[in-house]
Amino acid sequence: MNLEVILRAGLSTGTILIFAAIGEIIAERAGVMNLGVEGMMLIGAMAAFKVAYATQNAWLGLLAGILAGGILSLAHGLVIIHFQADQTVSGLSLTFLGTGLALVLGEGLTGLNTPTIPSVDVPLLSSIPFIGRIFFTDFNILVYIGYLMIPLSWYFIFKTRPGMHLRAVGEKPSAADTLGVNVYGIRYLYTFVGGCLAGLAGASISIAISPGWYSSLTTSGQGWIAIALVIFARWNPVPAALGGYLFGMLRRFTLDLQGPMTILGVKNPFFYDHNLVFFLQMMPFILTIIALLWGSGAARRKRKGTPAALGIPYIRGERGL
Amino acid sequence: MKFPFRITFENRTEEVPKWMPLATSLGAVVAAFIINGIVLWLIGSNPFRVYKFFFNASFGSWGAFSDIVVKATPLILIGLGYSLAFRMKIISIGAEGQFYMGAFFASLVVLVPLVPLDSPKIVVLTLMAFMGILGGALYGMIPGILKAYYNVNEIITTLMLNYVAVYWNNYWIFGKYSDAGFQMTPTFDKVAWLPRLADLASKYPFFSGITLHLGVVFGLVAAILIWLILKYSRWGYEISLIGDNPKAANYAGINIKRNIVLVMIVSGALAGLAGMSEVTGVVHRLQEKISTNYGFSGVIVAWLAKLHPFAVIPVSILFGALIVAGREIQPSGISFLIQGTILFLVISSDVLLRYKVRISRRQEEVA
Repeated sequence: MNLEVILRAGLSTGTILIFAAIGEIIAERAGVMNLGVEGMMLIGAMAAFKVAYATQNAWLGLLAGILAGGILSLAHGLVIIHFQADQTVSGLSLTFLGTGLALVLGEGLTGLNTPTIPSVDVPLLSSIPFIGRIFFTDFNILVYIGYLMIPLSWYFIFKTRPGMHLRAVGEKPSAADTLGVNVYGIRYLYTFVGGCLAGLAGASISIAISPGWYSSLTTSGQGWIAIALVIFARWNPVPAALGGYLFGMLRRFTLDLQGPMTILGVKNPFFYDHNLVFFLQMMPFILTIIALLWGSGAARRKRKGTPAALGIPYIRGERGL
Repeated sequence: MKFPFRITFENRTEEVPKWMPLATSLGAVVAAFIINGIVLWLIGSNPFRVYKFFFNASFGSWGAFSDIVVKATPLILIGLGYSLAFRMKIISIGAEGQFYMGAFFASLVVLVPLVPLDSPKIVVLTLMAFMGILGGALYGMIPGILKAYYNVNEIITTLMLNYVAVYWNNYWIFGKYSDAGFQMTPTFDKVAWLPRLADLASKYPFFSGITLHLGVVFGLVAAILIWLILKYSRWGYEISLIGDNPKAANYAGINIKRNIVLVMIVSGALAGLAGMSEVTGVVHRLQEKISTNYGFSGVIVAWLAKLHPFAVIPVSILFGALIVAGREIQPSGISFLIQGTILFLVISSDVLLRYKVRISRRQEEVA
């Protein structure tokens, strides 16, 4: 068990969660709750893998993964924005749809090798002592993109004009509409952006961070964990990112717990009874529930963060938000 | 050039015709098969062959049909539980975990054992059913309490608990109760087997090899009970009122929090009973993968049945057929995809129940 290894593993696998969580934050800030993240990630992972294999070009694969997630999200957009269906149920059905589609189209991909997005050192930054070695050396390019996305998405949402429109549509669509903001258009746009980021998250699994296609095990519930992170972080990309990295580290930590024969001089039970490892494998899911409990409590106490119009369809000319 | 037709949604002023919900559900199923036929054709297989195979593998013989009903049994119980929760707008997807916990608790009766195994069959099976219900109910209570008193999103908690239950089960079947290191417990003593039609084969040869077991009766009885509760009991009325208008329910003095927990307990209990019925009626031991995604298919069953307890039964049989045929069909994801498409179409088609859709020719605008 090595702290540096755990930290680096967290930064690397946390990136997947961060892409998905930031995408969901953007969509939910516009008032669109999309619980189909798991399905969009899976279809993104499949499309990226399949296209990367067919074209032997990882970058084309990445593009395909992003678009696949985005296109699937438009189905959700249509149903909830125009048909005013229940957003929770529609999102859930998107997960089923995406999973089914990914399993059918991904038939026969298991075990193949594709080109992957490469890992690199960041010039200059990697030569900073210690920090350079931990944060800027030998990571997948997508990990660095994740670093950049955190401040950029924060700046976009809270400090720019389009970001203000985005939030207005999620807080009080009727007021935004009066001021000439196209509520439906913006909701479609950010549903699509959220879908693209979920697709990117999926692609970053299958062709970058832990390459391969393992049918529905490829994402193994990470889409849901990302949604929990959004609530935990109260719809703010910065805490969501920290939570994502922390989660990645905890995950690696529980894996590494099985290694040593003794921990701090005590006999390590996980080393001697291999079946106890099942309890370690439960940990990420239990931690998610605890994080969610904490986030929901904070949201209730401070009445802050949750977009007011989240999950509520906007119908022009009707009373409501 | 502009799209030549204008599509407008108008609010319905009159009641929805009685046949509409049924028609939209049937339409969704038919459309799902057509869409997936196109998908199959696009990926280079022959949809007609696949669907014909599908039909033969599920309705081709009495044996096959009995297999379907066996697969439909847990779906009926789980679908009923979901219908109750969904009526209150509690979107639980935790039946998978509650099913495993029910199976685990029921198995403890034989594995510990909680009663001597030479007790009468009725005693053992009743206790197992009780334990299954208890396991599922307790496991459903957790997300219920979290939702009611801490406002924690029930979709995510129930889903996370599904994963936890699988690992929990794995610990016991790989470790403590493993059958000589295999990933399963030893086969239960015959006293813990639910009666099957095949048991009657010595008297009626027609039944030989028919796997249908008593569990299906649990499902039918539960459907009648839930229907009675919804139609005639005060609690059923409270459930509908909370679902339709929580504010009004609150003013009427209904305890919403308590009802959330209660509905999660009942829905968990039904899923737990499904788990008990599966280990005692089908696999006769506790092992991995006793559920073929029942917890997820159940969600779709409940929506497609429009949350009506009796409609859950035929819908479960359709889904039983999808599961049975899905085991042998290539590509293997197709049955999952059909289920996903059905749910998506059912939800989209709800717009037809709420609005009148009018398609009119767009008039040339006068300059």
